[in-house]
Amino acid sequence: MTTMMTERSKMILPDSAANGDCEVSANAAAAGNAAPMELRENKLLFEKGSPGLCGAALTESDVPKVRRESAIPRELLVDAPPALPELGELDVVRHYKSLAHKVFSIDENFYPLGSCTMKYNPRINERVAFMPGFAAIHPYQDEADLQGILELLYRLRTYLAEIAGLPEVTLQPAAGAHGELTALMIINAYHRSRGQNRHKVLAPDSAHGTNPASCTICGRDALSIKSKSNGRVDLDDLLAKVDEDTAALMITNPNTTGVFDETIADIAEIVHAKGAQLYLDGANMNAILGKTRPGDFGVDCMHYNTHKTFSTPHGGGGPGAGPVAVAEHLRPFLPVPQVVKRNDGSFGWDSDRPQSIGKVRSFFGQVGVLVRAYTYIRSLGCDGLRDVAEKAVLNANYLAARLKHKYPMPFPPPYAHEFITVPDFHDSGVTELDLAKRLIDYGIHPPTMSWPIHHCLMIEPTETESLATLDQFVEVMLTIADEVDRDPNLVKNAPHTMPVKRLDEVAASRKPNVRWKP
Amino acid sequence: MKIPVDRKYSETHEWFLLEDDTATMGITQYAADELTDITYVDLPEVGAKVSTGDAIAEVESVKATSEIFAAIPGTVTAVNTALTDHPELINDDAFDEGWMIKIKVDSNASLENLMTAKDYASFLRNSA
Repeated sequence: MTTMMTERSKMILPDSAANGDCEVSANAAAAGNAAPMELRENKLLFEKGSPGLCGAALTESDVPKVRRESAIPRELLVDAPPALPELGELDVVRHYKSLAHKVFSIDENFYPLGSCTMKYNPRINERVAFMPGFAAIHPYQDEADLQGILELLYRLRTYLAEIAGLPEVTLQPAAGAHGELTALMIINAYHRSRGQNRHKVLAPDSAHGTNPASCTICGRDALSIKSKSNGRVDLDDLLAKVDEDTAALMITNPNTTGVFDETIADIAEIVHAKGAQLYLDGANMNAILGKTRPGDFGVDCMHYNTHKTFSTPHGGGGPGAGPVAVAEHLRPFLPVPQVVKRNDGSFGWDSDRPQSIGKVRSFFGQVGVLVRAYTYIRSLGCDGLRDVAEKAVLNANYLAARLKHKYPMPFPPPYAHEFITVPDFHDSGVTELDLAKRLIDYGIHPPTMSWPIHHCLMIEPTETESLATLDQFVEVMLTIADEVDRDPNLVKNAPHTMPVKRLDEVAASRKPNVRWKP
Repeated sequence: MKIPVDRKYSETHEWFLLEDDTATMGITQYAADELTDITYVDLPEVGAKVSTGDAIAEVESVKATSEIFAAIPGTVTAVNTALTDHPELINDDAFDEGWMIKIKVDSNASLENLMTAKDYASFLRNSA
């Protein structure tokens, strides 16, 4: 199995993939060699090791011993120490190395995941974030000792304001969805300051699921606005639904179908005419960086996803950052404390904002992530950021143009940074799920699937991929289309090269077994 | 796909079968097929009052979670408890064994604004 894993690191062309299939079955047949290997690799740390093994030799403690009964209340004491795995250092290193090899990442493979902008994270981001002046500081240190990081945060918020075309930014929110929630709280506070309590928040039917979720968490009712057949907002439906009880319209532009809605100024006018706010989900800022600014097309409030637009790591639930930019009339409601530059040129925190919604994150947000976003912006500069948008859009349109004869696209080009195809292989019974699984065999991460429209694939190459990689991807997609014609079962039963094949998702959902027990 | 003519349909893919003063409801076979394997069904309490447009139940599949809306006001008189252990009944037989909720409808409420089987069929064709 180990040999099969290494094949993922490149896009395998059809012949070698077919060989790969044979090798898997050959391995399975030669169970004598392959099986013990596989067993060892799939064990948990808790199943490895043996009593008494240890990774470190500790010296005798020079702290006087205390009877545990005298230090800890009896009812909190357990009879036996916890059943922790006992292993040597080398075993632990091998265990985690083996897991690391199984991780699919942008550092190894093409990752055209629409809507998520899986761009490469330049190494310089890590280098800067690990500088002791940023990595070895503590938020309780005196402000005078933190001038470097404070200046960085201050500059970052001014850059993000400039890119948004909006006057002020908060860096506190810890993720994009947290940014949405923060923005909705700001919008609520704004309406309340005018003696209004507006209950409705609108979002197009192509919106990210986080939009209605954020509304609900914020105690507002989410309402869906229809899209037209060209992927743009249906203005008639918007006109019918927006009213004096509407707090905001949450819009993504370019939207999740990969099209830039040119009617955005009309949308802003319709929304503002009812006193509602226009909120931009900044998920797709990659396509418009330095080209147009949300503040210039009528947006009152927006969030950034630093992991999508500014190459900070995709956390898998780990640390993120979702800075929020607001228009002049929303500034009084921004979270406190805000990082400021004082008259004497020093940097510090300001909490004097009586109408603020308060604090939305402990300390100052995910500072380590913000350092990476800052580094990305500074290493590219204005022209570089504009170039990001141009290349992201060019790459997507190049792929679309080369794939369109085999992969029908429901919305007409030009596209922004991503596009949607609804593959039409119905006669063979091959679905978008099968295509996604087959891409894994070629070392490509499956694109976003079945959303925002039924049976689609949403492809986003990002600006970080070379022409050679894009051409290889096209070749793989066209090869798979041929495979569907020639041998649909090859595609329906994919992946063939992975240590696990199709998981029983139904059993996993109906009878989840989420805890390992000895 | 067979669409029974004895009942009415909503744009959100629920079916409603009115017999005397009780409406039985569920989701259509089209909806069940689109959701793929259903793994969990959250049903309302018996005795709950429902209004038109209320989200009264939730269906979860390996692919998505969907709210189920009432298209008629009334009181929940029964729910299909078999779905708790066997949510796949909806996939297997959405129009019969996979029924979800029975609602005693308020007097003078009607299903007039819902689609007939014929209308629903053309609605599906147009939205596909």
